[in-house]
Amino acid sequence: MNPFITHTGIVAPLDRANVDTDAIIPKQFLKSIKKTGFGPHLFDEWRYLDHGEPGMDLTQRKKNPEFILNQTPYEKASILIARENFGCGSSREHAPWAIDDYGFRAILAPSFADIFFSNCFKNGLLPIVLPNETIDFLFKSIYANKGYTLTIDLENQFVVLPSNEKISFQVDGFRKHCLMHGLDDIGLTMQHSESIKAFEQDYYQKNSWLL
Amino acid sequence: MQAKTLYEKLFESHIVREDAGTYLIYIDRHLVHEVTSPQAFEGLRINHRSVWRNKSILAVPDHNVPTTDRSLGISDPISKIQVETLDENCRHFGLTQFPMNDNRQGIVHVIGPEQGITLPGMTIVCGDSHTSTHGAFGALAMGIGTSEVEHVLATQCLILKKFKTMEVRVEGKLNKGITAKDIALALIGKIGTAGGTGYAIEFTGESIRSLSMEGRMTLCNMAIEAGARAGMVAVDDVTMSYVENRPFSPKGEALEKAKAYWKTLHSDKDAKFDKVVMFNGSEILPQVTWGTSPEMVVSIEGMTPDPKNETDPSKRKSIEDALSYMGLEPNLPINQIQIDKIFIGSCTNSRIEDLREAANVLKGKKIAQNIKLALAVPGSGLVKLQAEKEGLDQIFIEAGFEWREPGCSMCLAMNADRLNPGERCASTSNRNFEGRQGQGGRTHLVSPSMAAAAGIYGHFVDIRSLN
Repeated sequence: MNPFITHTGIVAPLDRANVDTDAIIPKQFLKSIKKTGFGPHLFDEWRYLDHGEPGMDLTQRKKNPEFILNQTPYEKASILIARENFGCGSSREHAPWAIDDYGFRAILAPSFADIFFSNCFKNGLLPIVLPNETIDFLFKSIYANKGYTLTIDLENQFVVLPSNEKISFQVDGFRKHCLMHGLDDIGLTMQHSESIKAFEQDYYQKNSWLL
Repeated sequence: MQAKTLYEKLFESHIVREDAGTYLIYIDRHLVHEVTSPQAFEGLRINHRSVWRNKSILAVPDHNVPTTDRSLGISDPISKIQVETLDENCRHFGLTQFPMNDNRQGIVHVIGPEQGITLPGMTIVCGDSHTSTHGAFGALAMGIGTSEVEHVLATQCLILKKFKTMEVRVEGKLNKGITAKDIALALIGKIGTAGGTGYAIEFTGESIRSLSMEGRMTLCNMAIEAGARAGMVAVDDVTMSYVENRPFSPKGEALEKAKAYWKTLHSDKDAKFDKVVMFNGSEILPQVTWGTSPEMVVSIEGMTPDPKNETDPSKRKSIEDALSYMGLEPNLPINQIQIDKIFIGSCTNSRIEDLREAANVLKGKKIAQNIKLALAVPGSGLVKLQAEKEGLDQIFIEAGFEWREPGCSMCLAMNADRLNPGERCASTSNRNFEGRQGQGGRTHLVSPSMAAAAGIYGHFVDIRSLN
């Protein structure tokens, strides 16, 4: 996992609420047994005018010119902004894999669905919750300034505007630590193997019907 | 002693360690399916890690499997590889699997309870958001991502924060024809698809107690559509009599010991919830979704909304987008919406009781001429056998339904069962997202009896108006 410390990039405005994981990566692409290669199919049904299937020649597909990621300069965006309840629906981690594979490093929204939110941190993606008014302000700023760029400073927990004004955000301490150091949390948990074994011994004694 | 909610009891009995509000929680049961597990097993292999407790795992292929004749195997080569990869991983790591042609195979959230793999008091996870289903047994059950699947495989634990608690209390008697599905949709209509985000929901009250285990599973299944990762119902006699005599449930003395503990799995009388939502069950009407999110729902007596009446610009745009995708005009009465396909199935509504409910409506009737396809997809091989024993398959077939093999099928259309662009479906599944049942497909979520009735009339009808 790539560590996340600071990141500066163009912000793509996806002006929708309840963006679900079926929209982020449609089901036909979940048949892959790999973690990579989902980026070209991120938002497939919105991004292309034809029906997408795994293994298609992307150069032959017709892009939807109305979709934001098909418009300059957003094809180069690395920060995504959207409305409430981003990532709702299925638990598929293919959604953050696709967002990451496309090249996004952070997502800004007023709220995220729980499972998606947790999945992002496991993949070096930073989901940032900001108040509705702030998100509104950012959407307006993006529409008024083509190529609007933000800097995200995870260590100090700031979103830095082009004017250098700083907006602070909250992030859980443990998740921040893992993200900043690119840590694999399985390795961390395995350091507590003895505690897990001790728990099991006591637990199965009390709940013997589970053995 | 401090009064505790059911969620707190379940959470606290599984804490391995705590560090500044981040908990390591022990997992009793891990259900595995073919779509969200291959990358997790690959992760174990790459890092030379083994599975911590093989016994905790039950694996089953369900998302990709065909629901037509399986003697020829899976024709889609990519789906086939995914199902074979699960077979291979189960062999390699020594895990119990019900493979595609085993008659115990079925949707993971149907077979867990059916086999007694799901028990009260357990922590249960699966790489599938509808794992909340198992909370119906007084268990803490939640969907996880693939990284967490790998984490649980390797360590038997999950890193979690405590959720907030929400009580959804539904008092009063449900009217005839009103099901758990209607309660779930009415709740989501009231609190929204993000209303339960960050919460574990406990369903309480007279209406909930009156539900069978199948109904409680439907309700907890849909908790995730209200944004809550976990939904649950306290243990009572209904729970215990369902659990007894299942292949994997405890027997004899072990059962008696378990039951003594299971009886404590309810919220204490004075327990405090962070939020309480109240409903009068007797006021709930049959629900039908009209849009592209489960919160876009009205009763059968209602009509599609008019975006002109919405003052919030972001909400107005959502309504306009949804009506446009669904091909519906504003202010259209729900009972005038014509249907192309019917889907009775999914982890929400494919259990024996759901099939009985639909068959009861269909008995001696035929589906309308405008219905191009009506599918009945049992949740498991054993549900299918039971239904056939009761003659339900014949009722479906005589009505014009296709009687299929078990699997997730047209709930998410990963296999060949799907809607074509523009087709409109009355579906007993859980998500009406754009493209969910096939690109350009239009989904209306309803209960099994409402789906069956829509099949007969070719448009939505009020189930209460039928005999």
